[in-house]
Amino acid sequence: MRKGDSGSAEKITPLTMDVYAENVLDHYRHPRNKSQEPKTKVQDSAIIHTEENLSCGDTVTVHLAIENDRITSISWDGTGCAISQAAMSMLSEESSGKSIREMEVLMPQNVYDLLGVPIGPRRTKCALLGLHTVKNAMRKHAGKEMQRWTETMGSS
Amino acid sequence: MDAVRRQFPYLRAKPQPVYLDSAAMAQVPDAVLDAVNAWEQSSRSNVHRGMHERAEASTIAYESARSTVQTFINATHADEIIFTKSCTEAINLVARSWGEQNLHTGDAVVLSILEHHSNIVPWQQLQERKGIDILWVDMDDEGGLRYDQLETHLQSGRVKLVAITALSNVLGTAPDLPKIISLAHKTGALVSVDAAQAIAHMPIDVQELDCDFLAFSGHKLYAPTGVGVLYGKRELLQSMPPFLGGGMMIRNVTTEGFSPADLPAKFEAGTPPIAQAVGLAAAIDWLKQYSWKDIQTHEQEILQLTIDRLKSIPALHILGAAGNFQFSIFNFQFLHGCLSFTLSSVHPHDLTEILGRKGIALRAGHHCCMPLHKRLGIPASNRLSVGIYTTKEEIDACVKAILEAQKKLHP
Ligand SMILES: Cc1ncc(COP(=O)(O)O)c(C=O)c1O
Repeated sequence: MRKGDSGSAEKITPLTMDVYAENVLDHYRHPRNKSQEPKTKVQDSAIIHTEENLSCGDTVTVHLAIENDRITSISWDGTGCAISQAAMSMLSEESSGKSIREMEVLMPQNVYDLLGVPIGPRRTKCALLGLHTVKNAMRKHAGKEMQRWTETMGSS
Repeated sequence: MDAVRRQFPYLRAKPQPVYLDSAAMAQVPDAVLDAVNAWEQSSRSNVHRGMHERAEASTIAYESARSTVQTFINATHADEIIFTKSCTEAINLVARSWGEQNLHTGDAVVLSILEHHSNIVPWQQLQERKGIDILWVDMDDEGGLRYDQLETHLQSGRVKLVAITALSNVLGTAPDLPKIISLAHKTGALVSVDAAQAIAHMPIDVQELDCDFLAFSGHKLYAPTGVGVLYGKRELLQSMPPFLGGGMMIRNVTTEGFSPADLPAKFEAGTPPIAQAVGLAAAIDWLKQYSWKDIQTHEQEILQLTIDRLKSIPALHILGAAGNFQFSIFNFQFLHGCLSFTLSSVHPHDLTEILGRKGIALRAGHHCCMPLHKRLGIPASNRLSVGIYTTKEEIDACVKAILEAQKKLHP
């Protein structure tokens, strides 16, 4: 991370610390819960939502099944950089079985913690594309308006 | 080569930076920094608005910068050179001033698929307001233009302006400007040239080209940021209404209204980028110590080497002409300044991030050319761009790092 990128001194983001840590690369090379089709048996009730990061063309589509206010099944598909794809892979494991309430309080910091590597301002959107997609899939389920990127990123 | 590199503060850094992002912004030599500093120390003062000595020195420096630019692109008159804050502002000036006045419902503007957003959006803004059409000229498989489409568009008789890049900031290909300009003029259409990239890589003679407008930015020409240039033919500029309103651009203001100043002040509202214009002139003077032939020979050798090296990397695809290109120097089909590529299963952001961490600067993304990337069927690419100071060692270091990155992501 370059000087002046962020005022927050507590974030450790030295150039020497590798974003491409083994666990990130592992999720990137072997994404979990990735499939082109919703894997739920109740396909009709699956919520499907896609988000895109226009600046680099990364896309993520999530398929959710929600029963009794709980995510009973999650799968996803997407293309993009290692960070966005690994983050979505991790998030899919994290979200499985979670209640709507638990999903609502999921924050960017939770995603950064899952990744476990320093995410500088240049890569924030990559890291949070999955979270943004899942958040909006949940909103779609609730019949609410989509949230903007600023809302996804700002709730940290 | 060392002699050139040594003149750039950033390139003297240790360890040696590998700077392959000059298409986004060129580095700046000592001579330019010194000239700006000298103006700050001994002439800093506003222009055209004081009787005191400094105001005069500053005005002389600013107007002399205008003459330097005039000579550099061989404009007939100094007042055909308008200083703006950037190439983007210069293009917007043409759209807002000339476009507002001369384009009407049913008229068309021709753009090429190679254009930068700066040469697309100002015309799309007019499209909404004035009810004009934008007609697109596609590229062929090598990054050349479909001149047949241009001719078809021109034959419609509706085209009032062709807005075209002199050099693609993604593919490094240069449209055949003399051909485009002569075709357009035959049907009475004007031609506005986006020379943002071309200005640092090839000689430009606006009289020989006979273009009607031409725009570029200083910062891609080894000059400071915050200064751009619009060239326009004098009769055109004279007939156009002012763009921005403010000080300097008026002849007379009363409580009832204003009358605009003569050229070039008419288009330079407010305090202009004086230090930056002085820096731009210094950059041009600095660059002129080298011949275009030497600059082009050097840059094309570097690009040729880049192509040869990149082609040896498995799963790497160079966009456009370089995919199957024949070396022929000073040929219009040749690449200038940059080339872009994709690497199967390595996202551009991952590649440039990994390279960046090794001190190697490349740019990833759509490079402000989303329509071109859509046309190419890719969301983003990696761009490697060169300048007068680029070395073979930089290319070797970059190629080595690409191979390592590929291995890291997909062992
Ligand atoms: C071809 C082209 N046109 C226009 C521009 C815009 O230049 P600026 O951002 O300096 O106004 C650029 C810069 O990236 C460019 O490459």
